[in-house]
Amino acid sequence: MSDTILKVRDLYRTYDIKGGLFKKPGKFTAVKGVSFDVERGSTLAIVGESGCGKSTLARMLTMIDAQTSGSIEIDGLPIDIAKTGISKDMRQKVQIVFQNPYGSLNPRQKIGHVLEEPLLLNTSMPAAERRDLALEMLTKVGLQPEHYGRYPHMFSGGQRQRIAIARAIMMKPKLLVLDEPVSALDLSVQAQILNLLKDLQDEMGLTYIFISHDLSVVRYLADKVMVMYFGEVVEYGTRDEVFGDPKHEYTRTLFAATPNADVDSIKARLAKKVA
Amino acid sequence: MPLLEIRNLKVEFATAKGPFKALDGVDYTVEAGEVLAIVGESGSGKSVAMLAVMGLLPDTATITADKMEFEGRDLRTLSAKERRKVIGKDISMIFQEPIASLNPCFTVGHQLEETLKAHTTLGRRERKARVIELMKAVGLPKPEERVSAFPHQMSGGQCQRVMIAMAIACAPKLLIADEPTTALDVTIQKQILDLLVKLQQDSGMGLIMITHDMGVVAETADRVIVQYKGNKMEEADVLSLFENPQHAYTRALLSALPENATGDRLPTVSDFVGAGGF
Repeated sequence: MSDTILKVRDLYRTYDIKGGLFKKPGKFTAVKGVSFDVERGSTLAIVGESGCGKSTLARMLTMIDAQTSGSIEIDGLPIDIAKTGISKDMRQKVQIVFQNPYGSLNPRQKIGHVLEEPLLLNTSMPAAERRDLALEMLTKVGLQPEHYGRYPHMFSGGQRQRIAIARAIMMKPKLLVLDEPVSALDLSVQAQILNLLKDLQDEMGLTYIFISHDLSVVRYLADKVMVMYFGEVVEYGTRDEVFGDPKHEYTRTLFAATPNADVDSIKARLAKKVA
Repeated sequence: MPLLEIRNLKVEFATAKGPFKALDGVDYTVEAGEVLAIVGESGSGKSVAMLAVMGLLPDTATITADKMEFEGRDLRTLSAKERRKVIGKDISMIFQEPIASLNPCFTVGHQLEETLKAHTTLGRRERKARVIELMKAVGLPKPEERVSAFPHQMSGGQCQRVMIAMAIACAPKLLIADEPTTALDVTIQKQILDLLVKLQQDSGMGLIMITHDMGVVAETADRVIVQYKGNKMEEADVLSLFENPQHAYTRALLSALPENATGDRLPTVSDFVGAGGF
């Protein structure tokens, strides 16, 4: 039996381009007719290069931006914020973690406040309970309770990303959108964050939409993979299908371009150099 | 004689909390025609070392070394004026953020010409011709038109090609690339790395690749130095480093690569610290 948490059908997003003195106004379609389903508790990875529409898609899924046409259904709840607006109910379903942990935290806000803010805005939970929950989340993402009263500048990049993850799961969302969550981090910190994400998924039954351009991370984490190119989905399948037998030309280019760190390919390169 | 030879390089920054050791006695040697990769995470001192060679560190930095020679010339005793004759001509550097490294107010052609003006005796017309030639060499399409483009009219990959063109303008003997592809897409990264390696092989210059990406190391380097917190952990040729890493930190870095994941969890550096004790 399949338990679908996210259902997207024929999704479009068009932006108006303002005309200038000598330039006619135009339209730019960033996402062109995207459809997919995500099962509860699984991870869908969205891969593509800059400008392919993957972040626009993320913005629509997290209700930051409205779709131009098409339907989104999250946990049985139809989402169309242009028509209906956003309810607190909807907000509790989806949360997002952004790429840059330095830019996504307010430098003048203490960590405790960062974590409590979503609850303050969307629930009527009393202050003491909010505080307890924030402390619990801090330990859950591998930080200490004494970090509660500190400011973002006192943390490293990896710790900040942990804070951003803690903030995202404060509302106990069903769906978590991760927009390049590890691409700004060092390799060993990246490994820690990926481990944390796996643990949280097992523990809380979270569903991830994982946006990345790093294929090795995608291969490690994803159940299903979707490759986007100029706003369209060019490849969509399980991880083994996509990595084992890529159908589209662009996917193959992408695989060929990814640096290979295994010993055989180094040998091949060195042999070629000598010749 | 090696192209660049540095012995016991130390860099200290004066901070409000007292001196901070960014680099604690590291040796570097680069031969002509060799690709050396310096790998490490942020804070490992990999960029600081090369900035010290270039003389680009701020005044708060104290640089000491037992030996710092480029082609047998002592870089420590050079006056600022003499140093400027070497830097940008015989040693040049490209940086991580191509768009930020270019001046937004001038055309790329103008900025390319500036390098030639400073270091060569070419006339105006010759310089113009050389700029077009350089832009062709780095694979920029339609160089005759692109000469008058501003940086914002070009993509990140194209800007990085302009930076590379600028760096090779005076046929340097040593090119230092500081994370040249970190800000770029994988497909563009591949093109830029191929370009750098091709230029290096054609001209026989020395190339230092500063990177945190083991994949980039595997694709480009001859020899690798692994750094951690201002110290050299390991130095080896690329094949033996990947085949048989000697130091615990190198092993940790390699096993943190998601493609090397064996079980359900990725090992992290802290898993190795106890065992290796570095």
